[in-house]
Amino acid sequence: MTADYKLRYAPEADRLKAAASWRPPEVAFWLLAVAAYFLLPRHLVLLSRVAVMGLFALSLDLILGYAGIISLGHAAFFGLGGYAAGILAQHGWGEPLSGLVVGGLVAALLGFATSFLVLRGSDLTRLMVTLGICLMLFEVANKIRWLTGGADGLQGISLWPILGIWSFDLYGRTAYGYSIIVLFLIFLLARRVIHSPYGLALRGIKENERRMHALGTPVVRRLVVAYTMAAGMAGLAGALLTQTTQFVSLDVLSFGKSAEVLLILVLGGSGTLYGGLIGSLALIVAQYLLSGISPEYWQFWIGIAFIALVFLARGGLMGLAQGALALLHARWHGRETPSRG
Amino acid sequence: MLTVLFDGIASGALLFLLALGLSITLGIMNFVNLAHGAFAMSGGYVAVVLLNRWGVPFLYCLPVAFVVPALAGVVLERTLYVRLYNANPLDQVLFTIGIVFASMATASYFMGSQHQIIQVPPFLHGQFHVLAGFDIGIYRLFLLGLCGLIALFLHLVLMRTRFGSQLRAAVDNGRIARGLGINVNRLFAITFGMGSGLAGLGGALGIEILNLDPVFPVKFLVYFLIVVAVGGTGTVSGPLAAALILGIFDVAGKYYISQIGAFIIYAVMIVVLIWRPQGLFGRRAVH
Repeated sequence: MTADYKLRYAPEADRLKAAASWRPPEVAFWLLAVAAYFLLPRHLVLLSRVAVMGLFALSLDLILGYAGIISLGHAAFFGLGGYAAGILAQHGWGEPLSGLVVGGLVAALLGFATSFLVLRGSDLTRLMVTLGICLMLFEVANKIRWLTGGADGLQGISLWPILGIWSFDLYGRTAYGYSIIVLFLIFLLARRVIHSPYGLALRGIKENERRMHALGTPVVRRLVVAYTMAAGMAGLAGALLTQTTQFVSLDVLSFGKSAEVLLILVLGGSGTLYGGLIGSLALIVAQYLLSGISPEYWQFWIGIAFIALVFLARGGLMGLAQGALALLHARWHGRETPSRG
Repeated sequence: MLTVLFDGIASGALLFLLALGLSITLGIMNFVNLAHGAFAMSGGYVAVVLLNRWGVPFLYCLPVAFVVPALAGVVLERTLYVRLYNANPLDQVLFTIGIVFASMATASYFMGSQHQIIQVPPFLHGQFHVLAGFDIGIYRLFLLGLCGLIALFLHLVLMRTRFGSQLRAAVDNGRIARGLGINVNRLFAITFGMGSGLAGLGGALGIEILNLDPVFPVKFLVYFLIVVAVGGTGTVSGPLAAALILGIFDVAGKYYISQIGAFIIYAVMIVVLIWRPQGLFGRRAVH
């Protein structure tokens, strides 16, 4: 019976395994990330920020791109993790790795607690509840000035060297190495989860929740786990930001931050683990290059770019890239257009 | 205390005017137009230009502040929005945020980034002193009266005219409405235009109260969304009630419990949405 089962489902199993294997462009991406450390020594502070926002966007992709939960308040977890790590460091415990873990855990706890609220109602209700939670947290943080420093932010954060060896320097070398390694490890975890049976269930829930109920999947439980994980990852990103910039302020809990990460993800392409990373790189670099001219100039052309992207390239930058790769692949193999399937 | 209540109601009435268009757009087209605030802002700036640069009297500016965004809305809807009705919600978000950014940058470039100041005509200045501790600002009274009239008018249109019943049918079930021969596309264009026009009018009326500057669309987006989510779609009374409640809580909260401030609004909103996910007055959509 078992042997029959394996034989019958062999093609599907093979296809799933093939989808989970590492492809050359992926390897190239991570090699480039490592190379940047040596090739772009003057831009490492900027690139650390790209890595942090990339991790944040990756966490959003987990619930938005794979589980189908649209959230306008994901910065709540980002900010909570950031403040947790910051407050810990400010009160004397400057060990980075434990601070990172604390940030992640605190955010995951909040994620778990609020997941039940988020899972009720339609898309718009979800949008509003997630937004409401984020805004509430912002107000609370603003009021408890004695703990959070209010609008001025937390001062006096200093971190001990990582593992006692690498201390944070002005050029961002340690910060970049730290960020990229954390990003990579969490990325591996996310990748593993997505290509597991659990990940498949998530995708099923996004596509047709009712049918998943009919199949006997405990949908609420799956979604709660996904939401908690995503919250934890966002908290890690927030803690990472605090630790690499040695500063945290109310900005990390703002609606603007939630909107920024949503934009990064949609720009890069949701539902494709790399979308958040590519989007983060594209947006932060573009912002860096163009806002020097004048803030209005940047904002206007980014707006136009978004509109153009929606009409010309559904699926964001990753969609564009995948389309281009498919075209190249087809031409290489002697076909005019990409074949289906 | 009564002054605060009155101010809250006036504030809510203005918010209703601003947010109604968004509620209708969402209900009939299932499209979350995050750029709605941009139309409100444009109405405000149109009024500012007319008033400050060309000396047009305030009351004549108001119809223009309605018409210009309404026309812009119809044009944008027919050319761009219509292509995205069946698109991924994320694409809709990206598109509307693109419009917001572009409009904010344009406003900032042409009008500068400071708060706009206008001179309201003298007959709208001042206050009535009714009781001890109860003052009625004349401008706010005017606002309340105008918004009340418009709300009544719209309610009658929606409930007593053929156009209104076609609109309600399209909100309930667009596919069947189309099947019955209702020209849903024309309906979309008209309602989108009207919603944008109302927003523009609200923007012009609210220049003093709400502070008009290029950040307006984003600053007030949250309030609009709250009104729509709590008030539900498909009725006029739903958003009206939600806007009034929101206005009262907002003004009262900031006045009495400034410690907590905006926290109350968000907590109330979450409680309402958990209790009734379709909003206070929304009906469960038939899909």
